[in-house]
Amino acid sequence: MSKPVKQIHLAAHFPGVNNSTVWSDPAAGSQIDFSSFAHLARTAERAKFDFLFLAEGLRLREQNGEIYDLDVVGRPDTFTVLTALAAVTEKLGLAGTINSTFNEPYEVARQFATLDHLSAGRAAWNVVTSWDEFTGQNFRRGGFLAQEDRYLRARQFLAATWELFDSWRGDEITADQDAGIFLTDPAPGRFDHHVDQFDISGHFNVPRSPQGRPVIFQAGDSEEGREFAASGADAIFTRHGTLEDGQAFYTDVKRRLARYGRTHDELKILPGVSFVLGDTDADAREKADVIRHQQVSGPTAIKLLEQLWNRDLGSYDPDGPLPTVDPLVGENTVARGRASVRMHRDPVATAARWRALAEEKDLSIRELIIAVTGRQSFIGSPATVAEALNHFVQSDASDGFILTPHLTPGGLDDFADTVVPLLQERGVFRREYEGDTLREHLGLGAAGAVRSDPAGAANRKAAS
Amino acid sequence: MPSAPSPLHLAVALDAAGWHPAAWREPGARPRELFTARYWTDLVTEAERGLLDFVTIEDSLSLQSSSFTGPDGRTDQVRGRLDAVLVAARVAPLTRHIGLVPTAVVTHTEPFHVSKAVATLDYVSTGRAGVQVKVSGRADEAPHFGRRPAVPLRVDELDSPAGLALLKELFDEAGDYVEVLRRLWDSWEDDAEIRDAATGRFIDRDKLHYIDFTGERFSVKGPSITPRPPQGQPVVAALAHRAEPFRLVATSADVGFVTPRDTEDTRAILTEIRDAQATAGRDGETVHVFGDLVVFLDDDPAAAADRRARLEERAGAPYTSDARVFTGTPAELADLLLEGREAGLTGFRLRPAALPHDLERITRGLVPELQRRGAFRTAYEAATLRGLLGLPRPANRYAAL
Repeated sequence: MSKPVKQIHLAAHFPGVNNSTVWSDPAAGSQIDFSSFAHLARTAERAKFDFLFLAEGLRLREQNGEIYDLDVVGRPDTFTVLTALAAVTEKLGLAGTINSTFNEPYEVARQFATLDHLSAGRAAWNVVTSWDEFTGQNFRRGGFLAQEDRYLRARQFLAATWELFDSWRGDEITADQDAGIFLTDPAPGRFDHHVDQFDISGHFNVPRSPQGRPVIFQAGDSEEGREFAASGADAIFTRHGTLEDGQAFYTDVKRRLARYGRTHDELKILPGVSFVLGDTDADAREKADVIRHQQVSGPTAIKLLEQLWNRDLGSYDPDGPLPTVDPLVGENTVARGRASVRMHRDPVATAARWRALAEEKDLSIRELIIAVTGRQSFIGSPATVAEALNHFVQSDASDGFILTPHLTPGGLDDFADTVVPLLQERGVFRREYEGDTLREHLGLGAAGAVRSDPAGAANRKAAS
Repeated sequence: MPSAPSPLHLAVALDAAGWHPAAWREPGARPRELFTARYWTDLVTEAERGLLDFVTIEDSLSLQSSSFTGPDGRTDQVRGRLDAVLVAARVAPLTRHIGLVPTAVVTHTEPFHVSKAVATLDYVSTGRAGVQVKVSGRADEAPHFGRRPAVPLRVDELDSPAGLALLKELFDEAGDYVEVLRRLWDSWEDDAEIRDAATGRFIDRDKLHYIDFTGERFSVKGPSITPRPPQGQPVVAALAHRAEPFRLVATSADVGFVTPRDTEDTRAILTEIRDAQATAGRDGETVHVFGDLVVFLDDDPAAAADRRARLEERAGAPYTSDARVFTGTPAELADLLLEGREAGLTGFRLRPAALPHDLERITRGLVPELQRRGAFRTAYEAATLRGLLGLPRPANRYAAL
């Protein structure tokens, strides 16, 4: 008997502040006006996507001591724009990255519970930590938190918000006008949380929201991150480039679920990917080549190379060969406030690999950067892309995708109009929303089901 | 010839089912919908139908309580609330003209977060955002954050040396907080985004500015991650009952809400605020001073009195408030408001005792009455909240002249 056909989950990522966005294209619009967010959200909802995803940054990126000026700069507050989007959509999930280092659990729990109320059950939280003191300079806490404490704080932060979300059972408000009884509990929302990072107690003041708690996303690929996700996240935002890598990750993470008493379907694996559509495959490949050259201009190539080399390479010619000097190893000083610099754990080895690749294929700096910084990208006619996406999911390389268009805000329009109908014809993507909440879209079971304390589990694991 | 008195500005303060604690039991109340988007949208849409300048949305970081130290254990009153900034954001795309002024507690929150949240509210409302800054001395709020000691002080101890010291500390910090909000809003010049394809530069980094604020309780580097909002500076408001908050209004706010007992008190408060405004070097700037009033409104005065009596009976106590409580008809209220204008108030923030009843009597009774007297707008005359309040779009402090 053949395997049952899997349903694909799709989400839209509002293009962020990196070089994936081609802002110089005449079709590029505002990255900050609400109309841009509304356009992408409405397109995603028209296409019956599961959710829209917003990234976050808390300090403007810098390179060589200056504010980075080659990519889009400037973004809104995550909670505020997601809540406003709830007004212009009805079913679309609303997912945002919120940092656990420079926030407090009481406030973040209030904001997510409010978003969940005001969207009638569509909130999701991508939990991240801040790794640099650089960002801390914008906050009361400052930048003093040591590396190991940041992860401890992240786990304890999630556990604390969990306790707050669960502090209202959901049946406290009766609002019986005749009897004059608004609440059944005289002091609802009790919590008491005393751990290394938090010494908090009192009463949470937002009643239980439709989903009970937001859908929890985890991003990242470390051993610790995988275990954390398996223990309690609802979805993982990955960036695995190839089918084989995706399958290996998928198998590994899904295998871990049983350890926490969870089933295969309770954790969705969703790589962030880009796509380029054309009338024909050849046409799409040509467009993709143009887009890659727009995304990686000569100056951008040098800046991206500096992030690995960790030194000023401003005197190098982007159309010339790679530097023969090695990267500077140690605390990163050139590029600050960006995630990409952390991806290369051994910069010298990566540089050697890049140099070998450039020599073998006779690539300039710019061509090399184009070759090594491309993420998983689906390129082709709508039929080709639909087939490739479906193959990826049916081969257990993922449960779906978070799509980042390269244009704001209309970059998803063609995908919605051409690829989605093909997926629907194949019976692998919904024609209508079956439920109202994001948990329902993702097939995550009943709203508000809380199965375990994920952070506590991760703590126990880390301690063992 | 004396110039015609300027039209009144009118705002309503929205809080749960209304400001009377038994309001949720009224026939028109919707107590099961207090945590839904529809409820808030209906209220703000009604206020917009009445051409009001703005709504404020109350908030706190603890359960509502009649006690200053913690929950009061009452089950007969509304408890629980949503984040006010997000309520405003949810309503923004569904309204077009009315200003949206949520409350932000400044004692326990991050100015960087609130700055970008209010700037974003300004983007999602295309220029209608404000924020009412509020300090918290509540003993039960500090342990919710665990960052600063809880000061176990009762309201009647506010005039003790410890109380005065606490007030000074909280309001000094609030002043720093507003300074940081404003600097962050200015940290991008309006034309910082250049999208210069020729050089590949998206922004002109020389038009982004570190704010480098260092205060006693916190420091913030900047710049904001959010570009300068449509109004340049969203409107900053604060409720003020006494000297320290009067000073905050005078030095930092665009709108102050005050609670005079009568005309004489109104004049005294205004003198104090205007003097402090001059001391702060803001003589030339418009600082609105609005009178706050709780209102029980009905077309028949006896009906209003009966309704108030019914609510008091249900609450088991006479209704008192920090603000003056008005019970009567829209015409009588119009008289009172015009008297307040004579004394120097530039507007009023009305706190509906029961929602939606008293809100509808404001929009459908009071507003037409004021319009008949030529004292209130008959159409929205500006696209932004600053425009409605007659406040100019401020120059950016960092821009080179």
